[in-house]
Amino acid sequence: MEATKTLQYTAKDFKSDQYVRWCPGCGDYAVLNSLQKVMAELGVAPHDIAVISGIGCSSRLPYYTSSYGFHTIHGRGAAVATGVKVANPKLSVWQITGDGDCLAIGGNHFIHSVRRNVDLNVLLFNNQIYGLTKGQYSPTTKKGFVTKSSPFGTVERPFHPAELTFGARGTFFARLLDVDLKTSQQCMLAAARHKGTSVVECLVNCVIFNDGAHNWIAEKENRADRIIVLEDGKPMVFGKDRDKGLVLDGFNLKVVTIGENGITENSLLVHDATCQDSTLHMKLAMMEGPDMPIAMGVIRSVEEETYDEAVEAQIAQVQAKSKIKTFDDLIATCEQWDM
Amino acid sequence: MDKTKTTELDNVVVRFSGDSGDGMQLTGTLFSNLSAILGNEISTFPDYPSEIRAPQGTLGGVSGFQVHLGSSKIYTPGDDPDVLVVMNPAALKVNAKSIKRGGIIIFDSDTFNKSGFDKAGFTTENPFEELGISETIQLIPAALSALTQSSLDGFGFDNKTVLRSKNMFALGLICWLFNRPIDQAIHFLTNKFSKKPSILEANVKVLTDGFNYGNNLHLSISTYQVERSYETPKGKYTSISGNKATAWGLIAAAQKSGLQLYLGGYPITPATDIMHELAARKDMGVKVVQAEDEIAGITSAIGASFAGSLAVTNTSGPGLALKSEAIGLAVMAELPIVVIDVMRGGPSTGMPTKTEQTDLLQALYGRNGESPAVVMAAGTPDDCFHYAFMACKIALEHMTPVILLTDAFIGNGTSLWKLPKLAELAEIKPNYVKPGMEGCTVTARDEESKVRYWSVPGMEGFGHRNGGLEKDYETGCIATDPLNHEKMVNARQAKVDYVTNFIPELEIEGAADADMLVIGWGGTHGHLTSAVNNLNKAGKKIALAHFNYINPLPKNTVEVIQRYKKVVVCELNSGQFATFLRSKVPGVEFLQYNKVQGQPFTVAELENDFSELM
Repeated sequence: MEATKTLQYTAKDFKSDQYVRWCPGCGDYAVLNSLQKVMAELGVAPHDIAVISGIGCSSRLPYYTSSYGFHTIHGRGAAVATGVKVANPKLSVWQITGDGDCLAIGGNHFIHSVRRNVDLNVLLFNNQIYGLTKGQYSPTTKKGFVTKSSPFGTVERPFHPAELTFGARGTFFARLLDVDLKTSQQCMLAAARHKGTSVVECLVNCVIFNDGAHNWIAEKENRADRIIVLEDGKPMVFGKDRDKGLVLDGFNLKVVTIGENGITENSLLVHDATCQDSTLHMKLAMMEGPDMPIAMGVIRSVEEETYDEAVEAQIAQVQAKSKIKTFDDLIATCEQWDM
Repeated sequence: MDKTKTTELDNVVVRFSGDSGDGMQLTGTLFSNLSAILGNEISTFPDYPSEIRAPQGTLGGVSGFQVHLGSSKIYTPGDDPDVLVVMNPAALKVNAKSIKRGGIIIFDSDTFNKSGFDKAGFTTENPFEELGISETIQLIPAALSALTQSSLDGFGFDNKTVLRSKNMFALGLICWLFNRPIDQAIHFLTNKFSKKPSILEANVKVLTDGFNYGNNLHLSISTYQVERSYETPKGKYTSISGNKATAWGLIAAAQKSGLQLYLGGYPITPATDIMHELAARKDMGVKVVQAEDEIAGITSAIGASFAGSLAVTNTSGPGLALKSEAIGLAVMAELPIVVIDVMRGGPSTGMPTKTEQTDLLQALYGRNGESPAVVMAAGTPDDCFHYAFMACKIALEHMTPVILLTDAFIGNGTSLWKLPKLAELAEIKPNYVKPGMEGCTVTARDEESKVRYWSVPGMEGFGHRNGGLEKDYETGCIATDPLNHEKMVNARQAKVDYVTNFIPELEIEGAADADMLVIGWGGTHGHLTSAVNNLNKAGKKIALAHFNYINPLPKNTVEVIQRYKKVVVCELNSGQFATFLRSKVPGVEFLQYNKVQGQPFTVAELENDFSELM
């Protein structure tokens, strides 16, 4: 790749020749389209991108991008992606995973890649169900929900991906909704540009086994009143009429209406995604309806040294000081004698 | 010097034994290294307890280190010791059964008191009589604690620090007993403690006092002389453990192939020293990821392999079990990866510090589906270097996972190693895609060897999608066609089978006209060679076929084995290699000699068994 050449791509350059085999109406299509648009916008050549996945419906995604792709085994995508990125930090590495792959069988790898802050872009497709195995509850399924493996309703408490990410000291968390293409692309672009593990929770609809799981915000007529798209440095305004906002009330967030009780836009919280302290990010990410809007967009994005950079830096530091450059140098360091 | 006599020996076995904190490993290592410098053949074996620090003076905390010196070629750390150094009564009790008749026991008489006897479970005041060995052994009592205390009088150390140097007093005594000048030991100590001058000074003082103490004992005990060996090929040597040799073999392969070395691993006894060695080699650009678990160890290595590195994971039996599914992924994705299993006692957690060969069938067959991988095994501590190097070469040149089996015995044991030069080692040429092949499928392969062409992210024009799903032989796309699946299964098998063309043929050691063939594999090489050599010297017609390549087997395996009337397969398990051979070599009745005690064979037990069989 010549450094001087400006790389101009379109989404088409990132489409593979494979027929996409998700169910008609699956939310994954929209995420794939958004991803291909974002890849084009990033200007990274397809051959410098590696898309790594585990097992599940969403994990089929690598077959549909024209980059290098690796569809691995259940739950281990994060570990494979870590190896890819550490081995070659120049690559743009995307990890595609689902709520089962990432948070059940792959939970350990997920928290540790986040903890290490490996420079990965993680698209976590959350449809709150196991689709590929045909309809069992997942670690994000709401308590009480009836599925094939919970005919009387689940008795399990679900995970919130954001809470896990922050608990693992995550440096980036964003949330998008499959059908909201604009926010989706903004989130993915920010994730790609952020150095470190960028976790993007993609709320996707499973038309077959959990249709309408995100309907409360997915239905267009009410969406503006039920989500808040956070933007760094901007006041937290939402609503069809842009008249609602968030303020701090004691330790908690509260919805207020601009123009009522002396509230103006200046009274509202201003989003700071770059704040090291994740307390407010957590509160924003944990908001639930019907009293609160669901937070979308980039909730947290802070800079910290990445694992792959740290590995490289330490090698360079040791190499600068060591006299051992080759295998023969190494052999020469042995306590040795003639026989 | 005032001594009665010096006995010349062809070889001698010394075992140092004490609490895990007594520094027996260091004492033994120093003694073996300085003997090697004087021209002796050496082989050592440490025997650690599983407990980190069991209560002081108890049987559970006894740690040993055995050294075998020879003036001619030796192959094992020896069976029973001629000289036993014990730092407390517990160490005596643990080792009493194995001391040779007429052997010498040097013991710290300061620990041979009521409290020491109680902790070791002795019921009388005379443990030697209680063990029934007082008539058959020679005793050298030395008040090691008190002598060390007086040696360091005036150094200003607290008592605990002073007593830590007790092992140096014992080393001095042993140097006297074996007529070893202590200059070389002092040189080693100077290297080891260069950053701690006061500790160095103290250790040198105690060592010297120990040596002089022996000199002035005026005992009627004969000292030993083991002459230098003239059987080893001339050259520069060091003493190396199997785990270190393994790590260095990987480093050599990385440099030879021009690839970055990546290790994904998780700490596990007795394999972790490989990770330690590699983590220290950042100067050579080695990337070590200490993963969150065994699975991430191998899967991150598979990721590194996908990205173009020489990728390795190290483990022991329980870890190999956890890595099974991922090895299957490497089989399916046809990616090069080296899996090193330093075998230990199993099943489950088993006996983590003890040696066994019980993972063979797991390595061969422990995966779902038709999942062939190359399986090989190193035979001695020093040849771990060669086989680690070859494992990398085969993985890279044949695009396959390679499982290299070593074990706790050769991993922790040491032997002499002739220092290699990189230029002397074989070339490693991975099967990369070539210019002009742009757009080729992920399954494109050389039709003769069935080896897939390797392209890695970053190469323009070779973007592809790999994965664990079955692929179409021609297009590389995911496929469930029945006949295609069978074709792919056969191609992956043929690729592994083809490796047999690149490995040496089986060679027979021992009598050319033998009636009986002994078969072994991996880390038992030293014991089997010694037993067969001894029997040959006694005029018995017996030969040895030792395997380092197991899957595929050397080309001439069937023909060689079928030549013998009687065949006995010896292994540290219940008969796993015998089972494998029965499936590969028709028309042969395989007898078995098995031992599953967490301990290596002894040469004596092998000789007895073979003599009975013949």
